[in-house]
Amino acid sequence: MTATLARPRLHHSGDALVLVEFEAQMSPEVNARVVTLAQAIVEARVAGVRDVVPGYASVGVHVDPLYFDGTALEQVVTHAWDRAAGPDTPARVVEVPVCYGGVHGPDLDAVAAWAGCSSHEVVARHARQTYRVYMLGFLPGFAYLGSVETTIAMSRRAAPRPLVPAGSVGIAGQQTGVYPCDSPGGWQIIGRTPWRMFDVDREEPALLRAGDCVRFVAMAPDDWDLRAGGPWT
Amino acid sequence: MDVSQTGLTVVRPGLLTTVQDLGRWGSQSRGVPVCGAMDTFAHRLANALVGNAATAATLEVTLIGPELRAEQALVAAVTGAEFVLSVDGRPVAHQTAFALEPGATLRFGQRRAESRAYLAVAGGIETPMVLGSRSTHLLSGMGGVAGRALISGDSLPVGRVSWTITPRAAVRVQRFDAAATPALRVMLGPQDSRFSRPSIEALLREVFRVSPQSNRMGFRLEGPVLTTLQSEELLSEPVPFGAIQVPAGGAPILLMADRQTAGGYPKIATVITADLPLAGQLGPGDALRFVSCTRAEARHALIARERELLRAIPDGAGA
Repeated sequence: MTATLARPRLHHSGDALVLVEFEAQMSPEVNARVVTLAQAIVEARVAGVRDVVPGYASVGVHVDPLYFDGTALEQVVTHAWDRAAGPDTPARVVEVPVCYGGVHGPDLDAVAAWAGCSSHEVVARHARQTYRVYMLGFLPGFAYLGSVETTIAMSRRAAPRPLVPAGSVGIAGQQTGVYPCDSPGGWQIIGRTPWRMFDVDREEPALLRAGDCVRFVAMAPDDWDLRAGGPWT
Repeated sequence: MDVSQTGLTVVRPGLLTTVQDLGRWGSQSRGVPVCGAMDTFAHRLANALVGNAATAATLEVTLIGPELRAEQALVAAVTGAEFVLSVDGRPVAHQTAFALEPGATLRFGQRRAESRAYLAVAGGIETPMVLGSRSTHLLSGMGGVAGRALISGDSLPVGRVSWTITPRAAVRVQRFDAAATPALRVMLGPQDSRFSRPSIEALLREVFRVSPQSNRMGFRLEGPVLTTLQSEELLSEPVPFGAIQVPAGGAPILLMADRQTAGGYPKIATVITADLPLAGQLGPGDALRFVSCTRAEARHALIARERELLRAIPDGAGA
């Protein structure tokens, strides 16, 4: 869409975080600029920058206020904006196997009832979409994926579960995602993957990164052990 | 080559004792929280007292302290919250380096002030490095000892040292004024424009209390309800240590060391870096106030705090 995205603006959250903010909208176009800009800021190695974090429509630049050079960051942002007008580089596509329903997806029937369709149809709709990784957050390796078809975009459970098992695949409105470790959680759980979404013993611990494309592929429960602990490369 | 060996054995763990350093920076894009010491000033002071680099890991002790046995000759120091400390029944002072002979037991007794103490040993606590840090993240079970708080029987490896520590008088640092309600300086924003004027005035005038439902992720604050003008949700964005986020109910949450990397609630204000160590010493039921300050004041306050650390350690080691 739009070739007329507004230039990002710099805001401060206290003295140790600079937010480079784009138009506040959840869109692949805006998020693509976020991912490109975050990379440019990392590569520029601005003095005093401790961490660069992509959000949906903003880049968080964590700084040590004693050493941070705000002017240098502004220059990097301006330069990257002028340079990155071209098309998004092709994204990595990751296909994640999911056991839908049953013990692995305790909320699948509730989502089907909410949507007024069969649980098979919920699975079909969830698995036919290609999702974008907008950002990671909440837990190590937790990727926020969008966008879920509106017909199955049920909001969070009224009462969060005290324990959602690692690998559980959930829906929260138009967001979907995979819990990387056992944790409390309120998303509607429709399935589970045997893959490890985050593993510090891998060279890159997080399976997904902002800007990736994700597809969910239905798998049979019998294949669980075969695929447990993956992906294997 | 540095070879770590068991330096300390946990006899009793205390309420919540974890391995922490200056935090796991550089992995927030993977959703990995920073963690690290709640009071980095006290953590750095403890390290400096025993000759460590500021990045060495210490034990963060919360409210009720542990009992630890030295398995080799060690030099240690305790800073931050003031506990009655003893080694094999003999008192040792707060904020100074002391020796632990092999077999000696360090006991944290009654707590006199503040909430979190830091125990440094010369050579540092050398639990495995995970993504560049030894800090414990309790929620995901990362870092420290098996990603959890210490339990009885845990063995803590300690790095070898090539230096000796000359005993000297305990250092003095300026902490809370015990008589007054702690005032944390904040910079308004980034979403202060979403709040009503009376709410901003209340934030900067009223006294808040740290709720018992608080932890290393954040302090829930009891006090006046802060109301937003817009109900429209924010897109999740990166958040810093010290941000004051306000969920729909209007009860603010002060984000602390184990905060998530991003959040979607509006932030009315953010505590400045210089005052985060003071925030890190608050415990359940403690009162606090917020005072507005400018960017320039925040910078001067931080420089003053760094000077204080250098003054406390005349040779500036490890600061």
